[in-house]
Amino acid sequence: MATLTYRDALNQALREEMQRDPEVFLMGEEVGVYQGAYKVSRGLLEEFGPKRIVDTPIAELGFAGIGVGAAMAGLRPVIEFMTWNFAVLALDQIVNSAAKILYESGGQIPIPIVFRGPNGAALQLGAQHSQAWDSWLSHIPGLKVVAPATPADAKGLLKSAIRDNNPVMVLEGEMLYNLKGEVPEGEHLVPIGRADVKRPGRDVTFICHSKTVAVALKAAEQLAEREGASAEVLDLRSLRPLDEEAIVGSVAHTNRAVVIEEGWPHAGIGAQVVDIIQREAFDQLDAPVLRVTQADVPMPYNKQLERLAKPSADRVVAAARRVLYLD
Amino acid sequence: MATNVYMEALSPTMEEGRVVKWHKRDGDPVKTGETLAEVETDKAVMDLVARADGVLRQVAAAEGQTVAVGSVVAVIASPGEPVGATVAAAPPPAPVPSGSGMRDAGGGMREAAGVTVAPADATRVKASPLAKRMAREAGVDLQLVTGSGPGGRVVKRDLEGAAPRASVPAAAPAVVESHPASRIPHPAPLGIPHPEVTGAPFEDVPLTQIRKTIAKRLAASLGPVPHFFLTTEVDMERASEAREALNKQLGDQGGGKVSFNDIIIKATAHALTKHPACNAWFQEDHIRYWHEVHIGMAVAVEDGLITPVIRNAERKSLADIGREAKELAEKARSRRLQPSEYTGSTFSVSNLGMFDIDQFTAVINPPEAGIIAVGSIVQKPVVVDGQLTPRRRMRITMSCDHRVIDGATGAAFLRTLKQMLENPLAMLL
Repeated sequence: MATLTYRDALNQALREEMQRDPEVFLMGEEVGVYQGAYKVSRGLLEEFGPKRIVDTPIAELGFAGIGVGAAMAGLRPVIEFMTWNFAVLALDQIVNSAAKILYESGGQIPIPIVFRGPNGAALQLGAQHSQAWDSWLSHIPGLKVVAPATPADAKGLLKSAIRDNNPVMVLEGEMLYNLKGEVPEGEHLVPIGRADVKRPGRDVTFICHSKTVAVALKAAEQLAEREGASAEVLDLRSLRPLDEEAIVGSVAHTNRAVVIEEGWPHAGIGAQVVDIIQREAFDQLDAPVLRVTQADVPMPYNKQLERLAKPSADRVVAAARRVLYLD
Repeated sequence: MATNVYMEALSPTMEEGRVVKWHKRDGDPVKTGETLAEVETDKAVMDLVARADGVLRQVAAAEGQTVAVGSVVAVIASPGEPVGATVAAAPPPAPVPSGSGMRDAGGGMREAAGVTVAPADATRVKASPLAKRMAREAGVDLQLVTGSGPGGRVVKRDLEGAAPRASVPAAAPAVVESHPASRIPHPAPLGIPHPEVTGAPFEDVPLTQIRKTIAKRLAASLGPVPHFFLTTEVDMERASEAREALNKQLGDQGGGKVSFNDIIIKATAHALTKHPACNAWFQEDHIRYWHEVHIGMAVAVEDGLITPVIRNAERKSLADIGREAKELAEKARSRRLQPSEYTGSTFSVSNLGMFDIDQFTAVINPPEAGIIAVGSIVQKPVVVDGQLTPRRRMRITMSCDHRVIDGATGAAFLRTLKQMLENPLAMLL
């Protein structure tokens, strides 16, 4: 297995899928000549030419709409947003067109489209450019949402997303693009809707996805060191559909859970996960499920405040201590 | 319309209250202003009164349970007004009389009556869902398990290793009788167990609100064990006469002699059975009230002191105590005491009378709550029946751990001890 960065794993997925299926094309701001704001599309213009690697004006609603139209016509577009913060401008096409056309056409017109780009906060980009859209997008019936945390999952999930006949939102992370990891070569598909245990444990389950997987792994290490308690880290990978079986299975095993996410607490992904746990694993619970989220404020620009606003390993350990009744 | 009964703030600083006793039961008619329950605040025991006329329903706080201010502890419904029967579905479901207007818990009547969700079962045990399932599967009665989670919630770790029907003995307030006021003339020692209640060697009683406050404040002011001291002078005339008579008899039988110290140990043990509030250990989050009396006897040794223990002194004869005390003292001086012979005392006696000390204060031997310091017996001029007479007198000083024993509690014990020493026949009562 080759060791690749997250960005190169995505690049490999795009390249392989474009080689495999001539209907696949990439469109977005700076994806061609500039090779992507985060260099995810490096070398693709050269290999596939301007007809399949399409640079667009700064007009998110417009190129998202062109993408939906292309999908209606039978192509398999991949639309890159420079960040998901800019995708807010395109939400009408995503929510009202991509998500609903299959339904409104009585099942006649599938929309096999991928919208992808970095999601959530990086470092000191300010309140408008540091937002996690996980729960917004997952709220919409008709969309699938994935959020890979590792290079291998990034490749496997993007390939599955491109082959899926439904609109799939791929939430990447600016802070993840340089992350290195082993990536299976060639046909590596991660099924959408399947969570993954990133670290097995006994005493508490940390349910997380995307950037918070690293936070949870660090917290699990600290918990083992300081308290001798063993945390299982469950990476959701897919936010819609959620892998209920894996969530319930892990909680049944550990009897306690802390749900971690980058987004705000109110009506977040964690709230949905907690709903599943209390409904399907009620008799397995030894403590209320706690959540660790971004502080319920616009992301501060100040470096220290930003650090405090984000979910941290310390906060996860503190929550774990509470559900373990160590306080 | 039904009226919620809230845990009210009955003192300015009260954050939670412990239900001491319900005066009304589920289904009892109540009138505005009538006492529903006695509630122990951080300062005193107060009455929680009815704020409406009607019928008490849905009693949600058990006696002994501590509840946050503002929580709903019951509901006052109009007579015949239907309110939800039970929330926590306790199998088997209570039979519902036909035509009574009662609906099952899921019915709309609850909302109609404006009743917030409150558990109806007064004996409800807080337990995590997992703990409930584990208890059910192991056949353990959750009522008998002491919960270690927040608010006494029974959690997984409280049940791990619990054998069926062999759970942790309860410190449930339900089995604790409060002491008759005549025996402990002080309102504080609520829930002090009557020594005859169980056959167990001791009973753990959770710290009450006032006890917690006292423990915290006094410990903070005076160091780890906040001492206070009570001194009284005892007339030893009759004890001396009794001792002389006894020793004459024992001498005739060839037995060892009885010392004043033996008499004091016997009297102390006996007085402690009448004042169990003083026969206790302070255990940080609870007080252990002993049903047995083990007297630690301070013995000076070459380079310090040690307190060998006379076990079950309350059940031993003076002669037995005398013999044992002598043996233990000899062993102590020759350093042959086994650990089991100098640990586990519940109260101590320190005697410096032989050193011609009039009176002194002894340091408490934790976790015990008290120690008696005994001075020498001296002849003093005393007024008896208006006449100046020489009497043999002895001063005893009790050191009390204020976290466990309050002034009046200690004084009452000391008075009993004094009476027993002044009239040794009282020990036969």
